[in-house]
Amino acid sequence: MYAYTGKILHVDMTTQAKRVQQVEPEFYKLYLGGVGLASRLAYDNVTPGADPLGPDNALCFACSAFAGTTVPVGTKHGVASKSPLTGFIGDSLSGSHWSEMMRRAGWDGLVFKGQSPHWVIVFIDDDDVRFLDATPYMGMGAVEVQGKLRDRLGDENIRISAIGPAGENLVRFASIDNDGRQVGRTGNGAVMGSKRIKAIAVRGTKPVRVADRQGLMEKSLPLIKTTQGPGTLKYRTLGTPANVLNMNAIGVLPTRNFSETVFEHAETISGEYLRDHFRVKAVSCSGCSIACEQWGVVRDGKYKGAKIGLDYEPLFAVGSNCGIGTLPPIIKLVEMADELGMDAMSAGVVISWAMECYEKGLLTKEDTGGLELNFGNDDAAVAVMEMMAHREGLGDMLAEGVKRASEKLGKGSEHFAMHSKGMELPGYDVRSLKTFAMGLAVGTRGPCHNRSLAYELDIKGVFDRFTAEPGRGPLVVENENFACVLDCLVLCKFLRNCFDDFNTEVAELYTMTTGIELTPEELAEVGDRVCNLKKAFNIREGWTRADDSLPPRAMQDPIPSGPAKGSFVSQEELDLLIDDYYQARGWTEEGMIPRAKLIELGLGDIADEIGEDAVVADAAV
Amino acid sequence: MTITQIAYEHVICDPAECTGCRICEYVCSANKHNVFDANLSRIRVVRIEPVTMTAITCRLCADAPCILACPRDALTRSEENGIILVDDTKCDGCGWCVEACDFGAIVLNPSSRLAEICDLCADNEDGPQCVVYCPKEALSLATPEVLRQKSRRKVVQRLFEELMDNE
Repeated sequence: MYAYTGKILHVDMTTQAKRVQQVEPEFYKLYLGGVGLASRLAYDNVTPGADPLGPDNALCFACSAFAGTTVPVGTKHGVASKSPLTGFIGDSLSGSHWSEMMRRAGWDGLVFKGQSPHWVIVFIDDDDVRFLDATPYMGMGAVEVQGKLRDRLGDENIRISAIGPAGENLVRFASIDNDGRQVGRTGNGAVMGSKRIKAIAVRGTKPVRVADRQGLMEKSLPLIKTTQGPGTLKYRTLGTPANVLNMNAIGVLPTRNFSETVFEHAETISGEYLRDHFRVKAVSCSGCSIACEQWGVVRDGKYKGAKIGLDYEPLFAVGSNCGIGTLPPIIKLVEMADELGMDAMSAGVVISWAMECYEKGLLTKEDTGGLELNFGNDDAAVAVMEMMAHREGLGDMLAEGVKRASEKLGKGSEHFAMHSKGMELPGYDVRSLKTFAMGLAVGTRGPCHNRSLAYELDIKGVFDRFTAEPGRGPLVVENENFACVLDCLVLCKFLRNCFDDFNTEVAELYTMTTGIELTPEELAEVGDRVCNLKKAFNIREGWTRADDSLPPRAMQDPIPSGPAKGSFVSQEELDLLIDDYYQARGWTEEGMIPRAKLIELGLGDIADEIGEDAVVADAAV
Repeated sequence: MTITQIAYEHVICDPAECTGCRICEYVCSANKHNVFDANLSRIRVVRIEPVTMTAITCRLCADAPCILACPRDALTRSEENGIILVDDTKCDGCGWCVEACDFGAIVLNPSSRLAEICDLCADNEDGPQCVVYCPKEALSLATPEVLRQKSRRKVVQRLFEELMDNE
């Protein structure tokens, strides 16, 4: 086996004991790497029923197949644990240079279990693992601490994954930052904080050897050139903020806590406006020939000096969704979220919920500590962002995420708590995207636009986005499986339009890199396998069909105005969509995985481990 | 000391175009050592803060300080294309050339402990492979004079754009 070493490092944070697990090539054929590998490690190492913020949870990192090679746009890494937001699988991805560095240190995966008695920095120096006292670094920002640690360790080649104050304070949607990119969703930063790991520093000095170096480089060059073409134009020029005006035009841009879908200030928070007034340059992750991250800098006014690589999802969350209609406070808020170490998407949706509560009188000035928390009040949003990370005042309740916060507050605020399974919704109002509604409701890690790309089917008009009818399941499943294959390799989704025959071309790249024989069919099957693996994780944690849901607002409040006026997802429609999806997956009506299905997918050990009764309702195959 | 008249082409990086992807590092190490290993790359990407970055390699300086610094006369200049040649039988990895280089462009190979310097991929007819693979065409091969021409054009272009904006 090439590129991969077959070695997984296990660290027990309670005792600081380490153990090396040797993994066979067959394992990589089943899970590829990234999210697949991380999810399997989580399945095998998270104690069933574990408290997500307790010692029995396991925080698992996995590198990508192509990290450190010339195959472009393939450098992300996967992270998985039991999510403190959802109580189900929390798998996440991040870019930058971490994946390459893990690989060069000789580790395909890292598993952290237990709970350190005091705060530490874990320093993985090739084969060596050391624990440094984290006291001098406590309270530091997630980005700031990386520079400080590099200085102390005296080597700028060291790469670091770190948490900010939010992770230290167990904010349930805390993120892990690596070189300014984040393991953002599902709260892996809180899991890291619960283990009292402030940062993981890695220095890898080993070369990356691939099976066919010459062949791989010959295949890489045309792919690098293709990534400068039309298939990635959007990402290279405007980046994902291009979505703002597109989503606004068709009436799906979440506005003021998902109450409206057209934002009157969309123009001044758009990707075009960002490019014309704030953009400095585009920046890429290691080995990425696209460079999607559009860095914007605020040059004057009260947010002068704020700068960030801005993406659509954080932009919508703290922008239109909080009623904030100019870019400087948005750039500031996202920069704060990154430095404080919180998922800006969840943070924005939590703030917008609190704003609606305030406007409805469910939260008062007393509750907010004197803040006038109306929609559009950026000063208040900035204050709340800080309060959440430090769990001060109202921030303590908000740090629990919108599901728990609304359950605590009550007073009908659950109606507009915009989450599914406990994770806050992404930036597409599903009331008029009914195929995507299916994809979001069934998401194993909660509602996610990166796991289900079904919004494309709605927006491109493959299906009528205003209606729900049976028969969409197979395409939604196919599309989710494809996204999953990308997440396992890892190849960034922005590369997805750069192939003529994806499975054939990528299977070949995988073999040239790892030396593991992989047919195009075997590559494609990984998607179905890993989606089922993640579902099995959830079933083991007590998942039932009732968990596949949408928030009441999406199902009861018709869109008030704009191109999608009047649209909502009724319970009948959602039931129909979910039935359709389960059927396409080959699951039972209750959404359980038949034993035979698991065996067919090569997950026989899981079927055996969990036992027929737990996983399989009445094997409906 | 004489002033060298001939100016040689070398690999330059336009910081405005460089996105910090480091594909040049992978390509260099792969071509020279058959493995992907940024530590062996003779071109390095330096990223000071999120948006400030560029790639640096040998500039084939006139009166190259590395040649003068070498106590064993292991470094010489190729008369054909100006690259700095390292005589492996003389080099003992003392690192004086590394210290003498203002650009940090000389690599001491961690295993052989010998100096390694960009040779413009002299053995490859397509020229420097980092330039070939650079996705953003941030890297190019240029003499100092061409570099000056480029800078002048850029500055005038900017004036032009400002004029247009003001109208």
